[in-house]
Amino acid sequence: MNFLKSLVAAGLVAASTLPVRALDISGAGATFPYPIYAKWADAYKKETGNGMNYQSIGSGGGIKQIQSKTVTFGASDMPLKPEDLTKSGLVQFPTVVGGDVPVVNLEGVKPGDLKLDGVTLAKIFLGDIKSWDDEAIAKLNPSAKLPKHAIVVVHRSDGSGTTFIWTDYLSKVSADWKSKVGANTSVEWPAGIGAKGNEGVANNVANTKGAIGYVEYAYAKQNKMTSVSMINKDGKAVEPSAAAFQAAAANADWEKADHYYVILTDQPGATSWPIAGATFILIHTQPQDPAAATEALKFFAWAYKKGSKMAEELDYVPMPDKVVTAIQKMWTAEIKDGSGKPLFSASN
Amino acid sequence: MVDVAWQETGVDVQDVAERARVLNRLRIGDIVFHRITKTAALLVLMVLGGVIVSLFLGALPALQEFGFGFLTTQSWNPVTDKFGALAPIYGTIVTSLIAMLIAVPFGLMIAMFLTELCPMWLRRPIGIAIELLAGIPSIIYGIWGLFVFAPFLQQYVQPPIIAAFENIPVLSTLFAGPPFGIGILTASLILAIMVLPFITSISRDVFDAVPPVLKEAAYGLGWTQWEVWRYVVLPFTRIGVIGGVMLGLGRALGETMAVTFVIGNAHKISTSLLAPGTTISASIANEFTEAVGDLYTSSLIALGLILFIITFIVLAIARYLLLRINRRIG
Repeated sequence: MNFLKSLVAAGLVAASTLPVRALDISGAGATFPYPIYAKWADAYKKETGNGMNYQSIGSGGGIKQIQSKTVTFGASDMPLKPEDLTKSGLVQFPTVVGGDVPVVNLEGVKPGDLKLDGVTLAKIFLGDIKSWDDEAIAKLNPSAKLPKHAIVVVHRSDGSGTTFIWTDYLSKVSADWKSKVGANTSVEWPAGIGAKGNEGVANNVANTKGAIGYVEYAYAKQNKMTSVSMINKDGKAVEPSAAAFQAAAANADWEKADHYYVILTDQPGATSWPIAGATFILIHTQPQDPAAATEALKFFAWAYKKGSKMAEELDYVPMPDKVVTAIQKMWTAEIKDGSGKPLFSASN
Repeated sequence: MVDVAWQETGVDVQDVAERARVLNRLRIGDIVFHRITKTAALLVLMVLGGVIVSLFLGALPALQEFGFGFLTTQSWNPVTDKFGALAPIYGTIVTSLIAMLIAVPFGLMIAMFLTELCPMWLRRPIGIAIELLAGIPSIIYGIWGLFVFAPFLQQYVQPPIIAAFENIPVLSTLFAGPPFGIGILTASLILAIMVLPFITSISRDVFDAVPPVLKEAAYGLGWTQWEVWRYVVLPFTRIGVIGGVMLGLGRALGETMAVTFVIGNAHKISTSLLAPGTTISASIANEFTEAVGDLYTSSLIALGLILFIITFIVLAIARYLLLRINRRIG
């Protein structure tokens, strides 16, 4: 026993006398924000010497890992319900905004040519509208000539935050969808074919005439896919753009939201894109390792301050400034070490 | 042995203790060798047992929740946490069966051609091509299936098939549109291509092992090539052929990536072969990373357990067939 103790002590001494060890933050979770987290981590390491190790294992895995405290922070595309957060002693905050874009493969239809509203979109994905020359679609697009071609619905086959945002929107605008299907990272699809990942959906849509699917905004933009304009809550048609996503994020009522449980679908505002969503970070209110948690908060504070341009380069939409201020206030108020001292203050 | 060796050298063995020591050392060597090999063999059993136990424990919550209904319902709904495995089980079995239906006759014909009818200079190129086919990683088949094969089927093959069978009772339901390009049939065709090399190369090897004198005698009696193959070669080699077929079936049942790409991943049982479906392994690969909730994860593990059992049953049937054939011949 004594031998063991001295061994441990020796180890500790060795560890503490090592040349200034960079503090590495570890996180795990959603795949959607992985590219921007990796880019931020890279730039942050260059600037401060501190690394951030993020494993994109999926939102489900991220939630499990933070609950079992094996990582400093978890990441999820789907916000956790306030009661679940309280139960696990977690808080959440959004980092960047993204969203879904409906894409189609129709001869002669260019990006933005086609206009749809939520109810019609829900009917298409329910399999109630089966052909492109359906009255409901024609009414929204009086000038377009739509073919009498079967609609092929393409959805994600893997569980995904993209699907959560999509099905949440359809549930909000269609009572039928809400009762028959509901919203989740994967659902029981009433119609269509499933494809793995954004690239799978994109390829199936590109290869199948008469197809409609949904992909992450960044993906649709980078691949110049034929996107559909959506009619938003205010009844205005909007094309998917960074500005339209930011409008949705700015118009959301973050301050009143309980535990940042905000889903950015179907937000008010004339220029808001209706199928937007934020991706979230989960962190313990009383972290086991306060030093690591402090580093994590510092990292995200740095990302909010200096990471916006990098995010925009990768077609993510940064959080509006007023939301960032509110988030940092929440950090100071909620996240504390064992003695009740806040881990973060806005000044540092 | 040591005694004999000693006597042959003619050395008088006086030092009994020395002799015992040498003998002892040899015996210990034998025991150690025995133990090591035994451990290696037992390790396989332990790994297998561990896999079964952990699969079963992982699947337990789902099996307790849904009971036998897990096997007989096809609802797969992560929103309401209701899971049934019927659609993936159906997809797994149907795609594998169709694949074998196509690959077995083709594989046997190719093997026959290569061993009996093919001119010598062509044997090597075809043989090598088939072996290369076996070496292609399954993800390549998946990508090729999605980008090349499925659009080709959608544009040029499925529309005429749907039109041709429109008014024929059973076939019209089996081949009902719309043409997606991907679906159960596409997955089966890809699987058929994937298992073809297994069946072909094993059949070719066992056909080659048929003693020439048997074939020559049969030809001498004036039999046709078909008759020689049917009544001499095939009876002589059927155990090997069945082995090859089972190996192919095993691969088809468990194939994941290629199938995921082209099957359409819909948890549904459709009467049409052109409709999208799913298989057990495709469902697991698709959904495991983002499966939120214990029941969802457990249901996916239960799917794995079912696949394990199906594969086990297939192997058992193969063993049983071989046993019966052996007994009849013996």
